[in-house]
Amino acid sequence: MTDTPSPAQKTQRPTLINEFAPRRSFLARFQRWEWMLVALIIAVIFLNSRLSPFFLNGRNISRTSSDFMEMGMMMLPMVFIIISGNIDLSVASNLGMCASFMGWLFNQGVNIWVAALAALLLGMLGGLMNGLLIARLKIPSLVVTLGTFAFFRGVAYVLLGDQAARGYPAAFKYIGQGMLPGTLVPFSVALFALLALIFGLVLHKTTFGRYLFAIGSNQNSSIYSGVPVERIKIIIFTLSGLMAALAGLILAARFGSTRPDIGTGLELSVITAAVLGGVDINGGIGTMPGAVLSLTLIGLMRFGMGLLNIQGQVQGIAIGMLLILSILLPNIIRQTSGTKALLKRQVFWRVLAVAGIFALFFYFFFWSRAPVLAGG
Amino acid sequence: MTVKTLNAARPKLVLAAARYREVGLAFFILILIAAVSLRSPNFLTAANFQNIFLNISILIIVALAQTMVMITKGIDLSVGSMIGLVAMMVSFMIKIYPNFPIPVAVALGMGLGAVLGVFNGLIIAYGKVPPIIATLGTLSVYRGLVFLYSEGTWINAFEMSRTFKLLSKAAPLGLPNLVIFAIVAAVLVFFFLNHTRTGRDIYAVGSNPDAAQYAGIRKQRIIFTVYVLSGIACGLGGVLWASRFESAQTNTALGFELQTVAASIVGGVSTSGGVGTVPGVLLGALLLGIIQNSLTLVRISPFWQLAAQGLLILIAVVTDHLIQRGMQRRSG
Repeated sequence: MTDTPSPAQKTQRPTLINEFAPRRSFLARFQRWEWMLVALIIAVIFLNSRLSPFFLNGRNISRTSSDFMEMGMMMLPMVFIIISGNIDLSVASNLGMCASFMGWLFNQGVNIWVAALAALLLGMLGGLMNGLLIARLKIPSLVVTLGTFAFFRGVAYVLLGDQAARGYPAAFKYIGQGMLPGTLVPFSVALFALLALIFGLVLHKTTFGRYLFAIGSNQNSSIYSGVPVERIKIIIFTLSGLMAALAGLILAARFGSTRPDIGTGLELSVITAAVLGGVDINGGIGTMPGAVLSLTLIGLMRFGMGLLNIQGQVQGIAIGMLLILSILLPNIIRQTSGTKALLKRQVFWRVLAVAGIFALFFYFFFWSRAPVLAGG
Repeated sequence: MTVKTLNAARPKLVLAAARYREVGLAFFILILIAAVSLRSPNFLTAANFQNIFLNISILIIVALAQTMVMITKGIDLSVGSMIGLVAMMVSFMIKIYPNFPIPVAVALGMGLGAVLGVFNGLIIAYGKVPPIIATLGTLSVYRGLVFLYSEGTWINAFEMSRTFKLLSKAAPLGLPNLVIFAIVAAVLVFFFLNHTRTGRDIYAVGSNPDAAQYAGIRKQRIIFTVYVLSGIACGLGGVLWASRFESAQTNTALGFELQTVAASIVGGVSTSGGVGTVPGVLLGALLLGIIQNSLTLVRISPFWQLAAQGLLILIAVVTDHLIQRGMQRRSG
């Protein structure tokens, strides 16, 4: 986001490693954020399996896991992009554009596989457009991808309007709905696992990956050190476009139809998954295993809440709070080491006042809804 | 004293570019108006323009607040959800008490919005959570609260009192109230940003947070303030939204955050902070409104609207960038 994050910002990262934390505190034992995620995942599994008998069911888990693969596909390049200090808000719109383009071609009578290939190319083209504007013209990625966010989605509406494309052949639906022969593993999950492995290796074991961290930590010094910053930015945004298109194909295959609003709002879930996985929004910090773990955590939480009949949007409260707390808690622990600050009088009254305001708000919240809902 | 020094400290180049930009934007709007009125005789009429202004009033109110947030290098992605939540809560009150006094409804909306803004402000200014993450989180939290609150029910036009519906539409002063609200908001924000100490501090914090702090500006308090102001603006926006569209739905103002950011960016607000003016944002919102309106009048399918809007944002930022780079070359 910011091209040159200040050193002060760098210390506020969502990891729990910090020298200021009280020694031997419970949280400090988790040396890495990834272990915290693993602990959370175990807690969620334990809690959910007690709450619902349907949770630990292979068939259910297998079916649910494929619901999060579009998010996952887009999350992989998003990790690259955020680590390099940029952001891509246009992924879900690109997904919509590509899926709609494929549907539109299919409606014109084009072979589905040719249409899918064309959609992948269009996705790359969209990503390339982002990359060129960001790298060559040096416009902030937030601004560029906000523009293409609207533009790509607009193209999706232009292509399909109020129509839907449906009637895809079974062979195509397989990539979204099918299982690997003889197992309970959905094809899309297997594909995601393979891609995650490749993306992880590229990020952590290659020069290209090191360059991403370098650009995200300090873009100017990377330029002076001979890192091909422009080329790398163009590559990662093009990659993001390609993966968004792939996610679009899988989503269309899973639904068995395409409407122009397909995947609306997914970009925020994708960014949430990456950031919850410990990828620093200011760039320079993050791991692929962390991101994959956080995707798993979000998936399990949503699955569990779904079994308890909690609406998707209400589930968003839990996911949103988890995202905020994952960064807020380490910050608070760091700031109030020794809890001396909390005991200061002034601060105490302020905290009390704020707590009062929120208490009033929620009192009103629950009081005012009762009569309307009771009256039906 | 502070005001003068800060003005002098802002690079002349940025100031000139900003001014140039507003003139350029106004020029572009005039060309667009001329072109559209050639194609459609219904475009350049008082009634149509009143319609355009009605359509962009809420956008203006919220985009002005978004601008203040963006000047501090922040962003508030939760505005759409705040509007939706306040619209729903106030509409519930209107439904329970048909005689609910309208000024109280407006104040209630702004108060509820302020509480939501306080939450954003606390976690961003004092909890040090990056603004984009914090408001991304509250975007889903507040939208989730809308569902939790209403359990999916809608409030429809017949459940709202006539006076409440008239709040946005009545025109005792010659212009619809909604437009008056937007004008008053614009004047207030203009005065606040340019002629009060806190307003100038907002620019200072956005231009260089560390320098601002060394100059004795309470950085955290300023950042907290802009998010609370954003919440208040969304509260007002939510009440007006419910009154204008005569309904409160679970998806009210879904995706509105990006429109407000778009209006600000087209109006010349920089995402890297410190730059942004009220006239610029007004022109940005006007341009979005005119494009939306003219596409309908020239009988272009409404499906083109979003694509045109996106293209416009891209054109605006690219030309802006090229102009600034050109100016830098000439002067440097």
